[in-house]
Amino acid sequence: MSTGNMNLTLKVWRQKNTKDKGKMVDYKVADISPDMSFLEMFDVLNEDLITKGDDPIVFDHDCREGICGMCSMFINGRPHGPKDAVTTCQLHMRSFKDGDTIVVEPWRAKAFPVIKDLTVDRSAFDRVIAAGGFISVNTGNAQDANNLPIPKAQADAAFEAAACIGCGACVATCKNASAMLFVSAKISQLALLPQGQPERYKRVQNMVAQMDAEGFGNCTNTGACEAECPKGISLENIARMNRDYYSAKFISEEEG
Amino acid sequence: MSAINSNIPEGELTSKWTKFKSSVPLVNPSNKRSLEIIVVGSGLAGASAAATLAEMGYKVKCFCFQDSPRRAHSIAAQGGINAAKNYQNDGDSTYRLFYDTIKGGDYRAREANVHRLAEVSANIIDQCVAQGVPLAREYGGLLDNRSFGGTQVQRTFYAAGQTGQQLLLGAYSALERQIGMGKVEMFTRHEMLEVVKIDGKARGIIARNLITGELERHFGHAVVLGTGGYGNVFYLSTNAMGSNVTAAWKANKQGAFFANPCYTQIHPTCIPVSGDHQSKLTLMSESLRNDGRIWVPKKKDDTRKASEIPEDERDYYLERRYPAFGNLVPRDVASRAAKERCDAGYGVGASKLAVYLDFKANTERYGKIEASKAGNHNPDKETCMRLGLAVIKEKYGNLFDMYAQITGENPYETPMRIYPAVHYTMGGLWVDYNLMTTVPGLYCTGEANFSDHGANRLGASALMQGLADGYFVLPYTIGQYLSKEISVKAIPTDHPAFAEAEAKAKGILDTLIGIKGTKSVDHFHKKLGLIMWDKCGMARNAEGLKSAIAEIQQLKKDFWSDVRVPGSADEYNPELEKAGRVADFIELGELMCIDALNRNESCGGHFREEYQTEEGEALRDDENYAYVAAWENKGDGSFELHKEELKFENIKIAQRSYK
Repeated sequence: MSTGNMNLTLKVWRQKNTKDKGKMVDYKVADISPDMSFLEMFDVLNEDLITKGDDPIVFDHDCREGICGMCSMFINGRPHGPKDAVTTCQLHMRSFKDGDTIVVEPWRAKAFPVIKDLTVDRSAFDRVIAAGGFISVNTGNAQDANNLPIPKAQADAAFEAAACIGCGACVATCKNASAMLFVSAKISQLALLPQGQPERYKRVQNMVAQMDAEGFGNCTNTGACEAECPKGISLENIARMNRDYYSAKFISEEEG
Repeated sequence: MSAINSNIPEGELTSKWTKFKSSVPLVNPSNKRSLEIIVVGSGLAGASAAATLAEMGYKVKCFCFQDSPRRAHSIAAQGGINAAKNYQNDGDSTYRLFYDTIKGGDYRAREANVHRLAEVSANIIDQCVAQGVPLAREYGGLLDNRSFGGTQVQRTFYAAGQTGQQLLLGAYSALERQIGMGKVEMFTRHEMLEVVKIDGKARGIIARNLITGELERHFGHAVVLGTGGYGNVFYLSTNAMGSNVTAAWKANKQGAFFANPCYTQIHPTCIPVSGDHQSKLTLMSESLRNDGRIWVPKKKDDTRKASEIPEDERDYYLERRYPAFGNLVPRDVASRAAKERCDAGYGVGASKLAVYLDFKANTERYGKIEASKAGNHNPDKETCMRLGLAVIKEKYGNLFDMYAQITGENPYETPMRIYPAVHYTMGGLWVDYNLMTTVPGLYCTGEANFSDHGANRLGASALMQGLADGYFVLPYTIGQYLSKEISVKAIPTDHPAFAEAEAKAKGILDTLIGIKGTKSVDHFHKKLGLIMWDKCGMARNAEGLKSAIAEIQQLKKDFWSDVRVPGSADEYNPELEKAGRVADFIELGELMCIDALNRNESCGGHFREEYQTEEGEALRDDENYAYVAAWENKGDGSFELHKEELKFENIKIAQRSYK
């Protein structure tokens, strides 16, 4: 059913479940169109595997338009592949050449155990948010939205931090498997807004504590996370988080 | 055929909701703690409901099939959310939002529900801003607005082209806060496969743990379905790959009527299909029609590049046909107009199934304004374009990037090529004013219900409805039912009704695995999609619908005898998940055709070729079809029609005109 003329060799991580050791397996795909997305190329491969009676490769994906953050392939040593600022679902085969060999692995981090093949468990991210990534405002408590003007530059900066899709590429690419870019993006978003001030210092302490408890590594300022982030989340967020974290120490000492 | 009761409160339209809220029975805090509510789905309608119900003190369990509630497909909504704030001082009001929505829905929505929606719309914006949702602002620090189709005011709030993402992350953080406090128990990577009914009331669900394959029984005093729309019945749509109708369809089989299934929204501005490998279609936000002009060449089969076609040889057909609304006509009107031009041979691009969306004129206009701000009152064209592009980039940058990534073309240089694609479904489970289905204790919110958009939804109204239902409507209305349930103790899940429901779900899974046929699930899904698109898509007719029904019945037989589902039911098996969803889509597809065939009129997204005006506009039949068609599943493959008559007491029903 494919309409193109690219022939490729894929080396794909296969792992039956969390306990299985896992291994790389080679596959050939033929007649791939450059207009296909990387995941559509995997659809073609899976269709072929099913027809042959083999087990299709399991991978996470959902919206296929780069916003849900579910797709998570580590392609040729880079999360979401060779192109900057896109997710795997928005990576198209025109970014590869006929005859290429492509290595595809899952996110690898202690805090993201492999579930099956290329699918990993990222629920640690949810638990970090549950520890403080919110403003405590029950439904019905809000005042009129325009009662509190927010300078545009500040609102825009909060938006840029809030654009994180929670895919985990930052963790996957970091040699320490640190989640600081993800965690700091949420902390920054809320710290930049007036609504986030009352819980600002409690939030940073709780979220960092949960991040550590999940087994994410520390930040050594390599900057790979920013380079690989499909949404261009800035390292400045980490600096902002660290500043708030140390301020929080002093503030709680003063209060305590 | 029987009439159904929508339980609309008595009184003046404008005071119904206020009166309802002040007279609805309450549940005291200690009783709330022992009442359990199941919420299926974690999108805008599910997450907001789960969080709010937990804040109120109920015990909540929330389920989603994704790996995190933050991934629900509400996240992909681009353009914005409507609210009657009148911040722009352009004459907006609750009544105008109500009126625009009823008219936009081609007079096929329930007045009382729509008015309530307009009333709570302003609260949504307040709530989201309080949560830290970074909506777009002006330099003065106040919130910014833009226009969407079918309105003449600017009431749409937005966050670049990522409004759904920001609103969902707001609801998600509210939900995670309750999870952290232990008030919501969250079940990710779980799919609801059955509604459990005891003594006629919804009392729980059977959910499959998608990782282990285990079937789990969960009790609830009430069950809320916020499970989204069914656009993936067409295979290709702007929905996420996992979006499905299964929860709603199982509910239909348990007695919840399915309303207006044929009302589907075909969105006018999507990236055209590029080949048969395509797995999904991508929307280009309606907000682009604020600054993009839609055109095709005046000459048939014109093969020149867009840039080579001079201004006077371009047909800006929306501006020509609908001067009052121009490029901002509602979606159904814009989609049909695009189809009309392409069918007549004026389409562009390799497939000829596309029209241009051109930003040049407005880029130049913005550039002139920017130059003037900088003191240059006589800028040359090049300066205008350079300055204007920066403005366009700030407004729509992420959409332009997405377009470039998918098509390999640069939309800053050449006009976008767009074509209509399936986007949203107005039909869904029938609910009364309380958002309760015809099964007592079973509620339905957001896109999964049918209630507010009639036969066509206006842009930026889906986010509004999802959050209205979840934050501000259901948490009140569910009290009416639960106040009578306070003496009901949690029912143990070894009750025979749970065992029976689980056995039923298991039976289906085992059957699917056991067929061991020759064709993949996708093979059948693609076939179903083609039938639906050709015969129950942008235009339908009686003959086509009848043949579609026969083809779908045959497809159903083929599916159940020849589908190949690899692996087993007790492991992580996405092919098995897909198989169950496609099995339900096939049955729903047939009902959509039955509904479309029954409705001998054209309205909104339902266009029957036999019923059109001389100018090719939808021709309603208010005498015979001013009703909601609610379908009861008889369990033997047949459906019984129930009618809810629509009464328009506050709006004069008229032919919809955007001219």
